[in-house]
Amino acid sequence: MTKKKLLGGFVYGTTAFFAFIIIAAVVIVMTNIVAGGWSSLTKDFLLGSPEEGMTKGGIFPAIVGTFLLVMIMSIAGVPIGTMTAIYLSEYASQKSIFARLIRFAVNTLAGVPAIVFGLFGLGFFIQFIGTRVDGVLYNNGELHWGQPNILWASLTMALLTLPVVIVSVEEAIKTVPRELREASLALGATKWQTIRKVVIPNSITGILTGAILAVSRGAGEVAPILFTGAAYFLPHLPSGLSDQFMELGYHIYIMATQSPDVEATRGIQYATTLVLLILTFTLNFSAIFLRYKLRKRIIT
Amino acid sequence: MEIPKTITNTMMKKRFRLSEFLAEKLITATAFISFAFIVLIFVFVFRETLPIFSAPEPAVSLEELGEQETYGDIVLSDAERAAEEKEKTKVAAEEGVTVENLAGDRWQPISGKPKYGLLPLIVGSLKISLISIFFAAPIAILAALFTAAFAPRWAKETLKPAIEILAGFPSVVIGFFALVVLATFVQDIFGLEYRLNAFVGGLALSLAVIPIIYTISEDAISAIPKSLTEASLALGATKWQTALKVILPAATPGIFAAILLGVGRAFGETMIVLMATGNAALLSANPFEPVRTMSATIGAEMAEVVFGETHYNVLFLIGSILFLFTFTLNAIAEIFIRQRLMKKFRGS
Repeated sequence: MTKKKLLGGFVYGTTAFFAFIIIAAVVIVMTNIVAGGWSSLTKDFLLGSPEEGMTKGGIFPAIVGTFLLVMIMSIAGVPIGTMTAIYLSEYASQKSIFARLIRFAVNTLAGVPAIVFGLFGLGFFIQFIGTRVDGVLYNNGELHWGQPNILWASLTMALLTLPVVIVSVEEAIKTVPRELREASLALGATKWQTIRKVVIPNSITGILTGAILAVSRGAGEVAPILFTGAAYFLPHLPSGLSDQFMELGYHIYIMATQSPDVEATRGIQYATTLVLLILTFTLNFSAIFLRYKLRKRIIT
Repeated sequence: MEIPKTITNTMMKKRFRLSEFLAEKLITATAFISFAFIVLIFVFVFRETLPIFSAPEPAVSLEELGEQETYGDIVLSDAERAAEEKEKTKVAAEEGVTVENLAGDRWQPISGKPKYGLLPLIVGSLKISLISIFFAAPIAILAALFTAAFAPRWAKETLKPAIEILAGFPSVVIGFFALVVLATFVQDIFGLEYRLNAFVGGLALSLAVIPIIYTISEDAISAIPKSLTEASLALGATKWQTALKVILPAATPGIFAAILLGVGRAFGETMIVLMATGNAALLSANPFEPVRTMSATIGAEMAEVVFGETHYNVLFLIGSILFLFTFTLNAIAEIFIRQRLMKKFRGS
């Protein structure tokens, strides 16, 4: 009996210890970044441009770039993701091959490494579509769309975040009670009217959650934009869709690895990391909060 | 939606509504986009690797690159293009990317005689994945077991958000932490020669892999029917005996799938390894030496490479390998999660 108890204590202790490691890791990383970046996080830093070869100044262009990136990404990705989710939950019969094909595609899309999306963006959007658009519009060998820019980077990112939107919208649509749909149909509404007036308004929280999660993911990923549009340094903000842009994550990567004097800019690196962390955090927590509200609806 | 047939028949068959028809078609077409893009990813990532295999591959000279970059083939007819291609092939037939070159043990793409040996990169990726799984798998699986079998409420409610936060960390943030803090820490402990090495990269990568393994293992564990664990407890087994001898074996397929997905994530992750591994393409088994992975190679070199050059094509080849590898892993994992688990519990 005592041996049994000892063993039990050992198993309990070991598993608890490993669980503790995870919490400790999260706390350590967060504390380190907050401690390292807090003092440099001033108004001038947030609203200023990089100065003196990026060794001083702020990160305003990177914040704007990130904002534009996720905006264009959402405009492209959220409607497509929402409609796909509507198709999967409202129109598709679960056994149809077409629906299964799409489900398979969504799962696969979710598993493709971020860097491969970058390659695809380069090979498809820039090299295939972009150069052809240039050939038609300019026809003089000049590159406008056939080079990395914010549009192609955003579309690449939209593709990467598409599964996030689909999964979370579908989850939300599932929580709309069947009785609501049936009531609507019984009143003589058509299927599309029911979707438009009953299903979508009732799953708006889920659509919002999906969009927020996608934005959070998009703001945090750097690999897909490494060669589809992010720029090392730009003296001006992007003025059109065919411009390159600065981005927070890319800025961190560049400052921490490629800058001539890495040690001197530690403060900037930490503060930029902190800004990115706060951004993704706020987004994730609002998504968790919305989802929590959504779940409560199922129970009540 | 199950509406009685009679109702739907009388209601919906009566007249054809254009808006209904258009809405359904539009939504179905949009849903098809995801599938279309999967196909396009396949096609376009592989397409850019093709020049390598149209052997003997030309080692393109600089003058030709200038032409190629403008993509003159838009105006050229197919016949002209073919002729041009043939000529290029003739020009530099002897300096090609051969299978031998690709199988070599040196990655020196920018040198007089470029060497595109993929071996150090593949070994590098495997090494990093192995190290990260070595740390992540036990931590994540045992933590999941703890949550499911032992944890008091407060512990569960601390661990769950911690996992969500960890999953929400952008990889560049983890990479930065590894580069600045973890690397120094590890170097001081082991007294290492290189600050950035495979061990640091793998350790950092495990932070990104833990949430995946944890979440899926936890799913697998909570999918086990209560009757199984209750039967075990009713027979007089203790909590930990139930955990080790009933829960863990029953959840094995799911846990296996979790590890596979974790490997897939580790293998494809770019920013963390790009920042924390030192990026030297060394072929060695020593975990404390710098290493260059496939993903990091693409990330670091693609921006500087000339479109259409052999180097460019080889980088796409690396991307294709990455894609195929993760695709296969995900497919296997899916089979494990779906079929095995279903069969085991829903009684076949």
